[in-house]
Amino acid sequence: MSAELTPPRLDETPPRASYLTAGYGVKSWLLTRDHKRIALLYLASITFFFFLGGLFALLIRLELLTPEGDLVQPETYNKLFTMHGIVMVFFFLIPSIPAVLGNFFIPMMIGAKDLAFPRLNLLSWYIYMIGGLFTLWAVVHGGVDTGWTFYAPFSTVSSSSHVIPAALGIFITGFSSILTGLNFIVTIHTMRAPGMTWFRLPLFVWSHYATSLIFVLGTPVIAVTILLVALERVLHLGFFDPALGGDPVLFQHLFWFYSHPAVYIMVLPAMGVVSEIVPTFARKSVFGYRFVAYASVAIAVLGFLVWGHHMFVSGQSVYAGLFFSLLSFCVAIPSAVKVFNWTATMYKGSISWRTPMLYAFGFVGLFTIGGLTGLFLATLGVDVHVHDTYFIIAHFHYIMVGGAIMGYLGGIHYWWPKMSGKMYPEGLAKFAAFVVFVGFNLTFFPQFIVGYLGMPRRYHSYPPEFQVLNVMSTAGASILGFGYVLPLAYLFWSMRYGKDASSNPWGATGLEWRTPSPPPTENFPVTPVVDWEPYEYRPKTEVAAVG
Amino acid sequence: MAEPKPLSREEYAASRLQHHFVSMAQQRDASTLAMWVFLVTEILFFGGFFLTYTVYRWQDPVGFAHASQHMDIVLGTVNTAVLIISSLTMAMAVHSAATGRRKALLGYLSLTILLGFAFLGIKAVEYTDHIEHHLFPGPSFHFPGPDKPAAQMFFSLYFGMTGLHALHMIIGIGIVGTLLVMAWRGRFTPEYHSPIEVTGLYWHFVDIVWIFLFPLLYLIGRHLK
Amino acid sequence: MRGDFPLFPDSASTIASQVDHLYFYLLAVSGFFSVLIAVLVIVFAIKFRRRSETDLPPTIHGSMLLEVVWSVIPLGIALSFFVWGAKIYFRMNRPPDDSLQVYVVAKQWMWKLQHADGTREINELHVPLGRPVELKMTSEDVIHSFFVPAFRIKKDVVPGRYSTVWFQATKPGRYHLFCTQYCGTNHAKMVGWVDVLEPIDYQNWLAGGGGSGSLAAAGAALFQQHACNSCHRPDSQARGPNLEGLFGKTVNLSNGRTVVADESYIRESILNPTAKIVQGFQPLMPTYQGLISEEGVLELIAYIRSLSHPNPAAGTEMLPPTNRMPAPIRPGLEPGGRPDESRPAEERERKP
Repeated sequence: MSAELTPPRLDETPPRASYLTAGYGVKSWLLTRDHKRIALLYLASITFFFFLGGLFALLIRLELLTPEGDLVQPETYNKLFTMHGIVMVFFFLIPSIPAVLGNFFIPMMIGAKDLAFPRLNLLSWYIYMIGGLFTLWAVVHGGVDTGWTFYAPFSTVSSSSHVIPAALGIFITGFSSILTGLNFIVTIHTMRAPGMTWFRLPLFVWSHYATSLIFVLGTPVIAVTILLVALERVLHLGFFDPALGGDPVLFQHLFWFYSHPAVYIMVLPAMGVVSEIVPTFARKSVFGYRFVAYASVAIAVLGFLVWGHHMFVSGQSVYAGLFFSLLSFCVAIPSAVKVFNWTATMYKGSISWRTPMLYAFGFVGLFTIGGLTGLFLATLGVDVHVHDTYFIIAHFHYIMVGGAIMGYLGGIHYWWPKMSGKMYPEGLAKFAAFVVFVGFNLTFFPQFIVGYLGMPRRYHSYPPEFQVLNVMSTAGASILGFGYVLPLAYLFWSMRYGKDASSNPWGATGLEWRTPSPPPTENFPVTPVVDWEPYEYRPKTEVAAVG
Repeated sequence: MAEPKPLSREEYAASRLQHHFVSMAQQRDASTLAMWVFLVTEILFFGGFFLTYTVYRWQDPVGFAHASQHMDIVLGTVNTAVLIISSLTMAMAVHSAATGRRKALLGYLSLTILLGFAFLGIKAVEYTDHIEHHLFPGPSFHFPGPDKPAAQMFFSLYFGMTGLHALHMIIGIGIVGTLLVMAWRGRFTPEYHSPIEVTGLYWHFVDIVWIFLFPLLYLIGRHLK
Repeated sequence: MRGDFPLFPDSASTIASQVDHLYFYLLAVSGFFSVLIAVLVIVFAIKFRRRSETDLPPTIHGSMLLEVVWSVIPLGIALSFFVWGAKIYFRMNRPPDDSLQVYVVAKQWMWKLQHADGTREINELHVPLGRPVELKMTSEDVIHSFFVPAFRIKKDVVPGRYSTVWFQATKPGRYHLFCTQYCGTNHAKMVGWVDVLEPIDYQNWLAGGGGSGSLAAAGAALFQQHACNSCHRPDSQARGPNLEGLFGKTVNLSNGRTVVADESYIRESILNPTAKIVQGFQPLMPTYQGLISEEGVLELIAYIRSLSHPNPAAGTEMLPPTNRMPAPIRPGLEPGGRPDESRPAEERERKP
């Protein structure tokens, strides 16, 4: 045990051949099949899309500073929130943790040399980029104004913007998700190192397995839905337009059949990250490992049965409403179980206040609020009032920004030493985490209030009595924006000037910490054999961690 | 950069084990599982169309049945037979590869491709026929009688579903063609033929989709004649 | 920036207070659990902070009992939300039988509202206090959504079908009406007002209106104009079904199915006549798609409806006398709403 836990001290001498130094030049990156390099390609591209989507958000918040629609034209505003949604959902949140951290660490965590299909992995990135280019083309040539939800018949008949290229971009990117999910499922099934049983898998891997199920089962449905929209728009095959004999509510069913599980695509991986960070910085086994693992799968499965809760006011049958409401409450339970288990993990732990742990604290708090306000929306009578108001906006930003992005940033900080071989500046990073937390709450908490007051979403102008809360929100957004730029700056800085990272700076137990930082291309000098339980801290670990 | 530990160099060269797999068995498991997962994805992909079909047929079953009478039952049946036979030849190709009979493999793969083209050719004849009779939805759509809206929806779904199916056939023919070239060059051995095996899975899947499409599109109006 | 800075919306309908009570219950439970988690995280983070790099905390693998407790208790609480919320939802979807009927046609980007007496309004709806009002809504183009925050009601307005929403106002005043389903460029301008009037003011407002006869009368005129009566007639030469007493009845169709003759069925029969053929008739009727507007269809429906209700309780012609109305629920004597908004004189003016 102790022999394995003491990592090879390659970090003190110039690395023999880490994956970063295994090849130089553009070609060695663009044609790489190394999952770690592909993860970095994704990291660069999603960072670009994140700041692009953030720019749209900033303009939206600036417009909403005053009740009158005075900064941009209504058409422009509609395009801004549409592009914000499309870019953030399809090009940042969905690929964020799976394609960067999942890609990098799933093979390392299970003791494999790579994903099962390295070429397919690279192809996924290219497909993602081609989809991104289509969508960028739509942005540059005037944008699209349908909202990211593409509701028919507005998207198929009424809108005169670039619906087809934007939709095509999402369609293409969907295949990248499918292939990534397929790759993860096959890898987790067939590539585990000797001794790495299912219940020795890190919870990060479990949550990615659940996420991959959604990728594989949900994404084709949105693909075919977009295909139907395109057929209706281009060839006038009437699937959704009532004037052509179609049913617009059918579109909503098909759309949400994917897009509700897509919410879990965004938050499940973040839950996985938190499930790694909390035990590491509490130096303690996860409380109720199996429950947390099963909860991920339960969320993925139940998540497919609740799409109708987006349609309580659409005119669907009240009995359908009952069914979807009940199931929506059920899907909340596994999430609650996770929160309780993370909290219990901290009990009697040895808790270190490093930056990743601060993000995990933030995640637990904000996800709790996001999840609980989700109960308001699952409650039929209350949802009727808050549906399509800022209450919903606040709720899903608590899940997606407060949850998914907090988890993503926590994960980036947690694994940065492994990915780059360098330590980030701790003091600055803690400050940034604090700024993000404050900015986030100031941005989105007022939106709960203004939402219950009745301010509808997607409004370019609004009644003056809502202004005070909107000004608070805009102020918060500018703080939040600053908080996001900070890590970008100091992580870049650390790549050159940061302290060299040891192989296991946090004293963690996962396989990925038992190989040099940054790892060699083949991940492990020899195939590891696992004979310990997950998150098992023994006295020897301490020694390894300190050293 | 990969060290093929469990196998000797000759075996490695012969068996085309990729560097990140430990054994041939692992590599074969991975590719087979991947194809099954992919087919699950495909089921969901077609599932969107089948759901749409169900919803609209439920709304006007009689209209759908009447529209279905405008399908050419003979061509449809022949095409169904063609596809079923192509599944047989594909299965025989897999068997030939597993038993190392190269000539038989080449023959069966070629037959499969021929049958695939035959299917597409017949489909093209049908499409031309429909379009000439103004059965393609849109401004020029013409359907006598009271069932025009339902018929238009039926033909929207018909062209959508069979079009997507035909696209899968074209992709399948492309893949089988590639396999044919690889087989010609002697790339497959009884130990290494999983590309043929997983392509076989794909081909059978595309056939099964047709087995569902045929009754839903061609047969639902028969009893009214 | 305006002086007033509300943190909670007006509550001006019978449903609103019910929704608010449930909302407060949800807030209390959510507040409790949020604070619980936050306090636990903070207390643990401080109390169990790492004091030395060689700390090795005890191993705790979990507890079946705790897992069950914190699954079952939240589930129980969630089910209480579900039951309570479902009750309110059912009430929201069951308009009382004696509701005042108002027809709503939404289009990009305005609300067109028609009262039963033929009075039309745009982006403004006048309703009496204390009387249930049922809105039958459809759209001419894309999906819209009818939302009055002070009433806590909302319903999508979908093209090609009718959706229904109802409310009973409890406080006079002027309340926001929003479109909440994104509908294109001027979505944010598709807003208006709902004016809740005292019953007597409402009568005066109606009387001063330019209503050129009831909706049903307009429908009857349209019925004549399109010569519908040449086929739809009660005698033996009728080539179309008799429409008298049809509304609300179950109709046998030629394909063996049955359908209830409601607004959606009549609308479909006018615009897409061959979709459902009544048993014993031939599909002869031409479509009136493009010949009759959505408003015209609503007038025809009102007419056909009036053929089944010679003395309509739903007020096709006039309101019942004030003394038969339910007693208005009035929390106080103040006019309610915001101070600048009780303007009885202006309220009699109608928009075009």
